[in-house]
Amino acid sequence: MTGLSLSDKVTIGAALLGGAAGVAGTFAVLRRRSLVGDMLAHASLPGVCIAFAITGSRDLLGLSIGALVSGLLAIGLMTLVVRWTRTKEDAAIGIMLSGFFGLGIVLLSVVTRSSLGGGSAGLSSYIFGEPGNMVDSDLYTLVGVGLGVLLLVLLFYKEFKLVSFDHEFAKSQGWPTLALDLAMMTAVALVTIIGLPIVGVILMAAMIILPGATARMWTNRFNVLLILAGVIGATTGAVGVRFSSGLPTGPTIVLTGAALFVASILFAPEQGVVARVWNETRLRFRVAREHLLRSLYELNEPNFPRLAPTTFQQLLAHRYAQPWMLRWLVDQSENRGLVAVRGDQVTLTPLGFRRAAEATRTHRMWEIYMMEFAGSAPDHVDRSADAVEHLLPESLLLELEARLAREGRLPAIATEVPASPHDLASEGNSS
Amino acid sequence: MPSSIALEIHDMTVAYHRRPVLWDVDLQVPEGKLVGVIGPNGAGKTTLIKAVLGLVPLASGKVEIYGQPYQDQRHLVGYVPQRESVDWDFPVTVRDVVLMGTYGRLGWFRRPRRPERELAEACLEQVGMASFARRQIRQLSGGQQQRVFLARALAEQAQVYFLDEPFAGVDAATESAIVDLLQSMRSAGKTVFVVHHDLQTVREYFDWVILLNMRLVACGAVGDTFTPENMQKTYGGRLTILDEAAEAMRNREPVR
Amino acid sequence: MPHALAIATTFSDLWNPNGLWIVLTACATNCACALVGCYLVLRRMSLMGDALSHAVLPGLAVAFIFSGAYDIGPLMIGAVAAGLLSTFLIQTLHQYARVPSDASMGVVFTGLFALGVVLIKKGIPPGVHFDMACVYQGTLDYTPLYTVELLGREVPRAFAITGGVFLLNVAVVSALWKELKLSAFDPALATTMGFSATLLHYLLMALVAVTAVASFEAVGSILVVAMLIIPPATAHLLADRLASMMFISLLVAIAAAILGYILSTVFDTNIAGMITVAAAGLFGLAVLFAPQHGVVSALARNLGVSLRVVREDLLAMLYRVEELGSPRRLAAAEAQAAVGGGWLARLSLSNLLRDGRIARSGDRLDLTPAGREAARQLVRSHRLWETYLVKNLGLPLDHVHEPAHRIEHFIGDDIREQLQQELDATATDPHGREIPE
Repeated sequence: MTGLSLSDKVTIGAALLGGAAGVAGTFAVLRRRSLVGDMLAHASLPGVCIAFAITGSRDLLGLSIGALVSGLLAIGLMTLVVRWTRTKEDAAIGIMLSGFFGLGIVLLSVVTRSSLGGGSAGLSSYIFGEPGNMVDSDLYTLVGVGLGVLLLVLLFYKEFKLVSFDHEFAKSQGWPTLALDLAMMTAVALVTIIGLPIVGVILMAAMIILPGATARMWTNRFNVLLILAGVIGATTGAVGVRFSSGLPTGPTIVLTGAALFVASILFAPEQGVVARVWNETRLRFRVAREHLLRSLYELNEPNFPRLAPTTFQQLLAHRYAQPWMLRWLVDQSENRGLVAVRGDQVTLTPLGFRRAAEATRTHRMWEIYMMEFAGSAPDHVDRSADAVEHLLPESLLLELEARLAREGRLPAIATEVPASPHDLASEGNSS
Repeated sequence: MPSSIALEIHDMTVAYHRRPVLWDVDLQVPEGKLVGVIGPNGAGKTTLIKAVLGLVPLASGKVEIYGQPYQDQRHLVGYVPQRESVDWDFPVTVRDVVLMGTYGRLGWFRRPRRPERELAEACLEQVGMASFARRQIRQLSGGQQQRVFLARALAEQAQVYFLDEPFAGVDAATESAIVDLLQSMRSAGKTVFVVHHDLQTVREYFDWVILLNMRLVACGAVGDTFTPENMQKTYGGRLTILDEAAEAMRNREPVR
Repeated sequence: MPHALAIATTFSDLWNPNGLWIVLTACATNCACALVGCYLVLRRMSLMGDALSHAVLPGLAVAFIFSGAYDIGPLMIGAVAAGLLSTFLIQTLHQYARVPSDASMGVVFTGLFALGVVLIKKGIPPGVHFDMACVYQGTLDYTPLYTVELLGREVPRAFAITGGVFLLNVAVVSALWKELKLSAFDPALATTMGFSATLLHYLLMALVAVTAVASFEAVGSILVVAMLIIPPATAHLLADRLASMMFISLLVAIAAAILGYILSTVFDTNIAGMITVAAAGLFGLAVLFAPQHGVVSALARNLGVSLRVVREDLLAMLYRVEELGSPRRLAAAEAQAAVGGGWLARLSLSNLLRDGRIARSGDRLDLTPAGREAARQLVRSHRLWETYLVKNLGLPLDHVHEPAHRIEHFIGDDIREQLQQELDATATDPHGREIPE
């Protein structure tokens, strides 16, 4: 009817499923209900068996209605158990998941044995996922559900956003959070159930969770998150199917999604592990370098304007650091032309002196701020928050500068080089 | 040689996800004091205690109990967490909970025996909860739950105690009972740190205070330290800037 | 289906050696799972059981591929490795990549499971039997077919393995009883006492992985998940101490095994599935009828309290009417309407009449001496309380009736005595009415 080859149909079907699951699943992830998808998937089996026993056909629509009913029943029972007894949500999810699935296995063996015989063989595809059986009508159902989920999300965009961001607040604002929650979970349930014949019971949870969790690494904005999750889900589905020659389709789709997820965890620009480690290391080195410059400045301060060489021992005694680290820092600063090294002796270059003065000035202003305006004891002020001076208002900076000058502690160069606090930082950042 | 400084914190900074919540705390508290840890919400009071107890990692600094690193002095330290931090549906009786206080000294694998049971019983007696020993812990009122926690702490037989908001959600009678108990602990030479909210009662309850607001504002005897200026510094002033600074640290870049 | 006949044959089936071995194997499995499951449920980590029992699959596959055989040793090593790895991944993703903990669990176990399926498909040579379906539903029916020699007897392999794991679990749980209990109840305290909660967490997860793998072959993953969660959750509704919770969960596990086996024989269906259903049924019974925490008993308790309140309101009202000194008495319908009407009021009144607290003559209700005494105590509580509120708490007069009306039903002799002492034997309440002795 559609004139598509089976593999094209499966690809389109998986992409549709992935997209819809990505969008609906994002809400589940945000509401900390990721595993409800897993529960729904397992809990749908008895419904599938009963629907099959009644209709006697493997038609996706009929079976899905059965699945939906038993899935929603499981959610309802779970909610009641949590509300009425001391059983906690995690246990209730587990009980419904395994109890319903056990019932499904029992019914499955009954249905398989009964007169319906051969036609029921396809039912086990609900457990393992067998997209090879996909027919045109299945594809239409998928399209329908995908559009339905999209429509639901578009209609209730604002409300869903509110509920998934701050449930309590939404409640206090008089929104029917229970109904909205239920609508969100229904979307998840719909997608889950449609996805079962493609990826199977266990892996359906991955289709729900992975796109949302992956997209979350790339953006902090809700609308972008939803779109991205949809795109990632669709891509995962389509690519997974294409990779799956000779491999089971469901697991391949999931592994594709997992690979995307791992890549995002590692390499996402801001929240990725690599980016974070890189930024932290860079910050640590910048702080260490400024510490070195400040040490050199402070050790030379009594002899100004003469700049005498300083030994490593002096530096280590002044501010403790790992010797190898100090060595490395000195070498690095030499490469940048900030210090001149001769054997054991380190001397500030004119450029280095200017940088050192700026770093010292920054630090002293912060110290004064902490002492005067935040009331901290003089020897306990923060030693690492050098960047903080950029936070202080201009008027306060001038006041602090005046004080330092009065006490003769304002680094000399800083009076010549008018305060341009951003230079230092932007230099640090551009490396 | 045992030092008479019960707790010394040296240059301690604590960060959650690189967002500093405590900056360079540096303080000493002598033995035998009843110490109030005071500060507004989010000032890092609980964090201070958790950091001392090694429950959250330190970004820098060190903690010493009686002059030795905390790890070596664990047996000297008792802890009473916030009441909400445990599951009161847990299937244990009041007696079980108090008995847990003795586990630390028992170490791995050894079971509590008669002396431990008797100790637990005595501690229950001391907080006036002996008649509730067989109750499941959910069946107690908030104040009673807090007393059970205190009995457990007593059973730890520690020298230095850390109590996280023991007065939260308890009735006035329990509060004064708890205060009596704390004062008798102090008379026995224990040092007791109490996270506390109610400024009205600070002078009455404590003889030493730690004023916190993301950093140490002051630490010392109540008379000298619990002053209007210090309170102004703790609760008011331009401290929002520290918040912004912390935010900047978290984002790893200066704000511009 | 001729049920009576089927049940008749069931009992003879249970007596035959095969049936017995099946039940014994199921019991061993269920008990092994239930024991470690107690900690999972109490630590609110039930779903770690679900996650781990799926996530061990790649470990199994790798062990299977490398050892080339179905040996329990390599399988266990593979399972523990995979279990610990997934525990680590779940925690790390949550802590360092800030993925919500439930999502991180879902991602890790589905990912590892998918990997396992692919490994099995690709790595295991055709012809070697590794049936995916049995991962779900197990092959309990066939357990008696594969036997090993144990203590000079032929026992089913599956029974030997699951029985061994059950003993292992018993050993670990009893050796680390206090440590596991403490770290489940209050992990922070455990850590400050030197029992690393993290270490104990990993130990527990390793046990779960071992238990899951040992049980897989016989009963399939679905029963493992069910038995890790359902018996402990059921026991939690029934027990108020950890030891009794564990004991009850073992009983539930055994009952589910026997019941499930019988039912599956009656209906001729999958055994593991039926045991799961039986366990879920037992949980349902506990939800409804647990003496303390059950829904029905809670409803009954509430009903009991409501009835008592209405009964007492009736008595107190009749007392006040008498107190007014007029000869008029209330009629039954009037009295019922005054305490809210409805079936509660009707039931209360008939209770009181039956107990001889109220006498009815014609359409007129009178207190009997016993009823009058009870009513006097109530009215006394009420007025003492009002007095207390006004005198000691300084509440205005028109604000004290409602609270006193609510609390009068719950003031016992000792509180009444205390109030009496605090109030220094006041004779009248703030409204000027006499406080009855």
